[in-house]
Amino acid sequence: MESVVSRSGWWLAALFASIFAMAAAVDWGFAVHMGIFALAALIGLVVSLRTTDFQAAARGLLKVPQDEGRYDDDLIRYGMIATVFWGMAGFLVGLIIALQLGFPALNLGLEWTSFGRLRPLHTSAVIFAFGGSALISTSFYVVQRTCRARLAFPGLARFVFWGYQLFIVLAATGYLMGITQGKEYAEPEWYVDLWLTIVWVAYLAVFVGTIVKRTEPHIYVANWFYLSFILTVAMLHLVNNANVPVSLFGSKSYPLWSGVQGALVQWWYGHNAVGFFLTAGFLAMMYYFVPKQAQRPVYSYRLSILHFWSLIFLYIWAGPHHLHYTALPDWAQTLGMVFSVMLWMPSWGGMINGLMTLNGAWDKVRTDPIIRMMVLALAFYGMSTFEGPMMSVKSVNSLSHYTDWTIGHVHSGALGWNGMITFACVYYLVPRLWGRERLYSLRMVNWHFWLATLGIVFYASSMWVAGITQGLMWREYGADGYLVNSFAETVAALHPMYLLRAFGGGMFLVGAGIMTFNVWMTILGKLRDEAPLYHPVHNADADHPLTAVPAE
Amino acid sequence: MSTHSTYDMLRHFADSWGLLAMLLTFLVLVLWPFRPGARSANEAAKTMIFKDDDDGE
Amino acid sequence: MTAQAPEAAPKEDWRRHKKMERNVALFGLAAFAAVTIGGIVEIAPLFWIDNTIEKVDGMRPYTPLEQAGRDIYVREGCYVCHSQMIRPFRDEVERYGHYSLAAESMYDRPFQWGSKRTGPDLARVGGRYSDEWHVQHLKDPRAVVPESVMPTYAFLANRELDAGDASATLTALYRAGTPYTKDQIAKANEDLKLQGDPMGDTADLNKRYPKAQVRDFDGQPDKLTEMDALVAYLQMLGTLVDVNAAAAQEDLAKEKGR
Repeated sequence: MESVVSRSGWWLAALFASIFAMAAAVDWGFAVHMGIFALAALIGLVVSLRTTDFQAAARGLLKVPQDEGRYDDDLIRYGMIATVFWGMAGFLVGLIIALQLGFPALNLGLEWTSFGRLRPLHTSAVIFAFGGSALISTSFYVVQRTCRARLAFPGLARFVFWGYQLFIVLAATGYLMGITQGKEYAEPEWYVDLWLTIVWVAYLAVFVGTIVKRTEPHIYVANWFYLSFILTVAMLHLVNNANVPVSLFGSKSYPLWSGVQGALVQWWYGHNAVGFFLTAGFLAMMYYFVPKQAQRPVYSYRLSILHFWSLIFLYIWAGPHHLHYTALPDWAQTLGMVFSVMLWMPSWGGMINGLMTLNGAWDKVRTDPIIRMMVLALAFYGMSTFEGPMMSVKSVNSLSHYTDWTIGHVHSGALGWNGMITFACVYYLVPRLWGRERLYSLRMVNWHFWLATLGIVFYASSMWVAGITQGLMWREYGADGYLVNSFAETVAALHPMYLLRAFGGGMFLVGAGIMTFNVWMTILGKLRDEAPLYHPVHNADADHPLTAVPAE
Repeated sequence: MSTHSTYDMLRHFADSWGLLAMLLTFLVLVLWPFRPGARSANEAAKTMIFKDDDDGE
Repeated sequence: MTAQAPEAAPKEDWRRHKKMERNVALFGLAAFAAVTIGGIVEIAPLFWIDNTIEKVDGMRPYTPLEQAGRDIYVREGCYVCHSQMIRPFRDEVERYGHYSLAAESMYDRPFQWGSKRTGPDLARVGGRYSDEWHVQHLKDPRAVVPESVMPTYAFLANRELDAGDASATLTALYRAGTPYTKDQIAKANEDLKLQGDPMGDTADLNKRYPKAQVRDFDGQPDKLTEMDALVAYLQMLGTLVDVNAAAAQEDLAKEKGR
């Protein structure tokens, strides 16, 4: 009883503090955000006052199994729903901004819907909302299983999950209102950054706490990747967001790092957001879920350790390749290039380790669409980690930089690797978490697979063509020694490619929509009555032991 | 000591002993699982995710 | 289950070895050390080595109105489509002007070098077009460039500039490291209005901010709008350092490999 009272007291204090900050706000965006904080505190207050009733209601609504189970899985169920929801939101905004580049009238002339504000919304929704929800929920799932222990600090774990969702809402609404730091993938303003810092420290505590109380001698390699992801993201976030706020009750702030230093800090952050958020974290998912789905252990445990250390030793240096031929000193550019090229090896080590896990079970690629998704994810991981080092070579970069080639590269990694491996994990987890016999429909997984794959092919190839076209047009000289193309002409040349890209993105979105339906029906406990995906027809002629044909 | 000589000193260190120390650390970390006698530990770690099947709860 | 775990080694065995992977604190430290070193070695020297930022004449912090325009540039996410960094290639130099120097963005908080050119580079766009062109282009880009895919920003012209307390803005920038003088900070709110008003005390403003362009930028002399601020910012981009002057060229030629 006492704990309920004191907990409510904290929520009430948070509520009053937010309302006070809202009243004192110097700009309306900050007031709106403090209002969101107040709303969150109010929800927290109501929930803590009527905890038991509320949880039962939520369980009923989400069709959550009643028994508690050996592990603490409530959050992971919410996490799956959040992952699917944010995925759909992020892909949809992506399609909208892709169409805006084809048809600028779709910006609607409104500030809230213009490309400049929606693009950060898209990138953050897919990376931090979709990817982040997937990472947090799978890490909670994997760390409990591999440590054979329930989550440490269950209350804190709830704070981590819901606090992170609040971070997403604050960031997303901020972009629409024009509250931004103006640094790619680090757009949220100072107070949102502070909030994320608190959430992230709690995340680290829950994760490490669970590892500490493990009943298993080993720390499985997936947890290595998760832990390095959590630690490194904390460091990157703190350094890159060192800002001076204009007012404690206003949204605007200015970074400590300016100009060339600001650029290097930002791309050190930006590249390692790719390296540790989108690579290390998702490799952790790969190292647990691929062996589990294939039902055979990872190809080489020693290779996984080699892969781990090489990856984290090398990745952190590669950031300057985003600044080739800029005003960044040459030595830093060269250092970035050398490490980026070396990164190719550990990246492929990881890919080979994942793919070879299927050694002896390659037939599953044909029979199991979830395995097929994992294999494709690894193939795209391999492709984009070859393309990346290639693009970091200065002479290639001189053509590719500033063009859509970069956009294509990012999406072959994000859609192909991060998207596909996340979808596979969702398909793996949902039936297990809700105690269902199987997914609602495997055939729909197959549809999702092909729509997503073809969508990525359209996306990546159109962006390659667009990027190389524009890069070459910019530097084209006529016989008279003058530049041939005005900038506007190079924009016009890309129009068909932009339409193809939007088409590919649309296919990817439709595939994700099928997943949403499939997941929802699985949660409801329905099973689609369908013919099995794979049913070999008996061929009587072929049905005999293989025998060598005697030589004549 | 001027900042420049501090820089030169650190630069010199980074190019020599610092680099060597990092390389050695890396090699030790990477070669650790390849040492003789690690096979059983690796094998145990590798297959531990299959030890019980009740985690689908 | 295809994978047969070999009978786990006896418990004493794994307890005797103090292995990395079993000691989460040590493991975390090693991983953290590995990821910090790279950052320190690459980033720290930039604050240290003298020739990271060239010594050039003409750089000064932004005027309050330019800074307000810059804040709008950041707010609208212009950096997602426009770079401000000209690379030292023949075609770029011919298209946009002299390659960008590190010194030219030394007061940029945040830096806006950008990573994608859906639209052209803006590092030296100042003075290349008239104010009227910019206003028309921001209101309806396709009226002046039919191929453009830029969103329309007509609302900027209708909205009075609300830059908050300009002194507070300059103070925050000063705290972050921009060398504003006490005088500049104290007069920030006046200077904000002064720059958009050709009848004001131009000489006084130019003493505080050399080369500051003073005029009504948006064709609406009766009010100071967000359009005024943004155009004031665009028109000063790349105009502070005279990179083509003989003295500057001589300095750059003497520069050693950075």
